[in-house]
Amino acid sequence: MESINYQNFRIDAENICVDYNGKVALYDANLRLKPGQICGLVGMNGAGKTTFFNALTGFVNISKGKIRINGECVRSAQKDQTIAYVPQSEGIDSQFPINVWDVVMMGRYGSMNIFRCPRESDVQAVKDAIERVDLTDHLSTPIGNLSGGQRKRTFLARAIAQRASILLLDEPFSGVDIRTEKLISELFIQFKNEGKTILLSTHDMIHVREFCDLVLLINKTVVAYGETSEVFTPENITTTFGGISPDFLFGPES
Amino acid sequence: MELCSFLTLNSFITDPLTHDFMRKALLMSSLVAAVCGFLSSYLTLKGWALMGDAVSHSVMPGVVVAYALGLPFSLGAFIFGVGSVALIGFIKQKSRVKEDTVIGLVFTGFFALGIVLVSKIKSNIDLHSILFGSPLGISLSDVKQTIFISLLVVILLSIFRKDLMLYCFDPRHAKTVGINVLFLHYLLLTCLSLAAVVGLQSVGIILVVAMLITPGATAYLLTDKFDNMTIISVLSAIISSLIGIYISFWFDLETGGSIVLAQTFIFLFAFLFAPRYGIFKLKKFFVGYK
Repeated sequence: MESINYQNFRIDAENICVDYNGKVALYDANLRLKPGQICGLVGMNGAGKTTFFNALTGFVNISKGKIRINGECVRSAQKDQTIAYVPQSEGIDSQFPINVWDVVMMGRYGSMNIFRCPRESDVQAVKDAIERVDLTDHLSTPIGNLSGGQRKRTFLARAIAQRASILLLDEPFSGVDIRTEKLISELFIQFKNEGKTILLSTHDMIHVREFCDLVLLINKTVVAYGETSEVFTPENITTTFGGISPDFLFGPES
Repeated sequence: MELCSFLTLNSFITDPLTHDFMRKALLMSSLVAAVCGFLSSYLTLKGWALMGDAVSHSVMPGVVVAYALGLPFSLGAFIFGVGSVALIGFIKQKSRVKEDTVIGLVFTGFFALGIVLVSKIKSNIDLHSILFGSPLGISLSDVKQTIFISLLVVILLSIFRKDLMLYCFDPRHAKTVGINVLFLHYLLLTCLSLAAVVGLQSVGIILVVAMLITPGATAYLLTDKFDNMTIISVLSAIISSLIGIYISFWFDLETGGSIVLAQTFIFLFAFLFAPRYGIFKLKKFFVGYK
């Protein structure tokens, strides 16, 4: 039997379980992703998508199983700035008194000294990141004055500034304008070419077909996982969404 | 005679300064206000107003026990402050009672314990001064302790100010980039307990929560930048302390109450006239309608 080289996998989650005070949120979930792969995470509300993200970032502890990031434990991945998390719009207090520049600078905090004093390289990384998401005109705009799409791009810029090799995106396309959607899809292609690994959760089936090489269908555990063309079938989607047909969910075109 | 001297602004300000106890009260209260004001911006943004209420009341038995045992105030306050939060977390996790209810019942329980202890432990603890503060009667050892704790809290908050801001804003990101979120959580709690102890001296245990909430809320209405928010919060807290003490001196009013009332008035002013977020938006008044 050939032994698996775990270094090949950016993300390697094996039989992970997460429970909150005895309530099971996720069980026996597996996921393996290589550099340059984009994987869609699809499931109902409460199916464990956010929990999956939380487990990978180390925000919640897993009660069973094993997670290796680039062959290492989650703790070292945090120290190495390997994973960036782009939150859902609802997960952020948009009235927080902070501007675009300062949010993006937060992407550099993990690699700064204890006082979080930006070095020349940090300033440059933030500048570049903001340029890539096309927000250079809004450097000092408070995030409360941004549109939903601009705010989403701000957090994407934070992930870029962090220079993480793995991006976790929670509903990157929800509540954004067409321009932002186009910009994000272009960035995804660039990320893929740069060898970054992307895991994104989405409700939009069209996006899955468009960007995702792989798809992970979950409902508390993995319903199906594999190449989008093979796994993303009406039968699997129906199972994931508790028996509701995809036609009903997304229109007959899906 | 009092009315005569009141007529000139100069003597309104300088007369009280001739008294030693007033100089001490003004200095101590400004220091305490600065500490509470600094912390206040974090509590406001973290949504910890109720937690501030809980911790500041829960330190009461700690203060009494420490007093009885001859230990520093701050130690007892710290143990009970953090203990109350731990207990809140524990009860919330193990029962179906909602969080705000748990907070309410835990802190009132601790507070009641404190009151009972005061009446039981025969000592020179003045219940009135714990409940309502006594900035005019601060002893030398209290002065030293207040200065020490205040400096400690200000230094801690200054060192970790950016991390704490991140923790309030997006703890998930903080965790993802390897920042110790649990440490920051307890750091904020520790500072809260310590600020409650020093605040207790100037406005008393019942009103100290105002020192921890109002300046931050005022500042939140006035700016969109976190650093400015902290500065405005500290300044408004200091100014209210000074106003409160002068007013209480000249009109013979309860000092703690006067300080908090001054803060409340400043908040109301911001609420009505803040340039962007006030009801009447003063900016329009100055700039003119476009």
